[in-house]
Amino acid sequence: MAVLVVADVHGNSLDESTNKTVTAALAINGDVDVLVAGEDVGDAAAKAAKITGVRKVLQADDAVYAHRLAEPLCDLIVSQAGDYEAILKAAATTGKNVMPRVAAILDVMQISEIVAVEAPDTFVRPIYAGNAMATVKSNDAKKVITVRATGFSAAGNDGAAPVEKVDATGDPGLSAFVGEELTKSDRPELAGAKIVISGGRALGSSENFEKYIFPVADKLGAAVGASRAAVDAGYVPNDYQVGQTGKIVAPDLYIAVGISGAIQHLAGMKDSKVIVAINKDEEAPIFQIADYGLVADLFKVLPELEEAL
Amino acid sequence: MKVLVPVKRVIDYNVKVRVKSDHTGVDLANVKMSMNPFDEIAVEEAIRLKESGTATEVVAVSIGPEKAQDQIRQALAMGADRGLLIKTDAEVEPLGVAKLLKAVVEAEQCELVILGKQAIDDDSNQTGQMLAAMLGWPQGTFASKVSKEGDKLSVTREIDGGLQTITLNLPAIVTTDLRLNEPRYASLPNIMKAKKKPLDVKEASEYGVDIAPRLEVLKVTEPPKREAGVKVENVAQLVEKLKNEAGVI
Repeated sequence: MAVLVVADVHGNSLDESTNKTVTAALAINGDVDVLVAGEDVGDAAAKAAKITGVRKVLQADDAVYAHRLAEPLCDLIVSQAGDYEAILKAAATTGKNVMPRVAAILDVMQISEIVAVEAPDTFVRPIYAGNAMATVKSNDAKKVITVRATGFSAAGNDGAAPVEKVDATGDPGLSAFVGEELTKSDRPELAGAKIVISGGRALGSSENFEKYIFPVADKLGAAVGASRAAVDAGYVPNDYQVGQTGKIVAPDLYIAVGISGAIQHLAGMKDSKVIVAINKDEEAPIFQIADYGLVADLFKVLPELEEAL
Repeated sequence: MKVLVPVKRVIDYNVKVRVKSDHTGVDLANVKMSMNPFDEIAVEEAIRLKESGTATEVVAVSIGPEKAQDQIRQALAMGADRGLLIKTDAEVEPLGVAKLLKAVVEAEQCELVILGKQAIDDDSNQTGQMLAAMLGWPQGTFASKVSKEGDKLSVTREIDGGLQTITLNLPAIVTTDLRLNEPRYASLPNIMKAKKKPLDVKEASEYGVDIAPRLEVLKVTEPPKREAGVKVENVAQLVEKLKNEAGVI
């Protein structure tokens, strides 16, 4: 039986997390189809068709999917669930929102945020903020899975799968989209960035993020992240938060500035390849997992760092 | 509008988790347990809806061992009106929890259920969405702002890239994100008063729903450990190491 991947689409563009989810799907079964839903998503569907290993793409074009509302998207996924042995979607906010709804309709216990596929029915997922890894075997006939994108490499883009249009399932009329306030930034997207520099409460203000963190980020071509404390204090928007309940990142280089290293924050970044910690408290727990630690006043050394890059 | 708030008894968020040496799970013996932090936010939001006249009654429910009464009492001390413990010593997965909650919602005739978006033990992030599906209700997950507007609920959600605002028909499900509110501390007089508030106890088996687990935990292991690296003296040394030793810039 084949596997269905539900693509992550924003507007008419396909997120790279889809390629990573395809990698996870291929570890379950060699026949992988991708469902691309949205309004005018021809480009995204064409891009999905190029993902290496994809058998076919199902394109559902309807305004009702434009804002990724859970109720209509769930109905669509359930209508396509058919004979698939597993349905996967990246564990980004849309996947986290819609997939448990799909699982409940299908009477299936979802397997959340898998980081490895051990067998077609056996998966590894972090629990307790990543302080333990559980290997779980699903006894459901159909599996509903969300995939932590940092756990899988991205499938290539040299395929040529056919694209098939599928019927929309209509609007159940339970919810309505009002508006979106999206953070505008020319910097790379946090979840997929090669380099991330994050600031903590020690920054003290949003002005200091702009003055000290952003220039270094721009020199490095890095994405900017933050600890929960910095987000709660209003220094940066909510979608900058790295941690157990925020974004999970695993860049080549993670620079933690003025972040003490609560376990909830570490849960979101400890799989980074190289970790740098800059903190004036040499007892800060972040130093216990940092490859390179610099005990210093961030307001003094960040301008020096910008200069040196 | 009657509001139901499910609360889960979990390991306290400050406790360092230890994996058992036989790899069957994590060690919960003599470990401090608390209400799941996202559930505290849910309780607070429900109480605020009552204080503003939107909600008429707030019912706190927990599914878990006898001891989960502590977490229900905390919800009552914060301001919930009544408690219900659905007693079971077994691990109940989100699918089973949602089935039990559906039965409670139908028996209580609730119009709104506010849940934490995820529990900090199993990190599943499923129960609210599953309950919404089973009831055929709309869902406003990861909420950072909730208000009643006419006969609808307006919910601002934390999503990748920023915030999304949607409206939901009532009845509805809301799950809380961190910035929805700051939960109050229960005052001593309120803690005393909470002891007199009604708290029903029922056995999970009384509900006649299938809560048998679908996932088999084969093993629980420690994640790969990261060792502390080296301290550098200054920025110049840091940049040199990142360039030549780590090769990441």
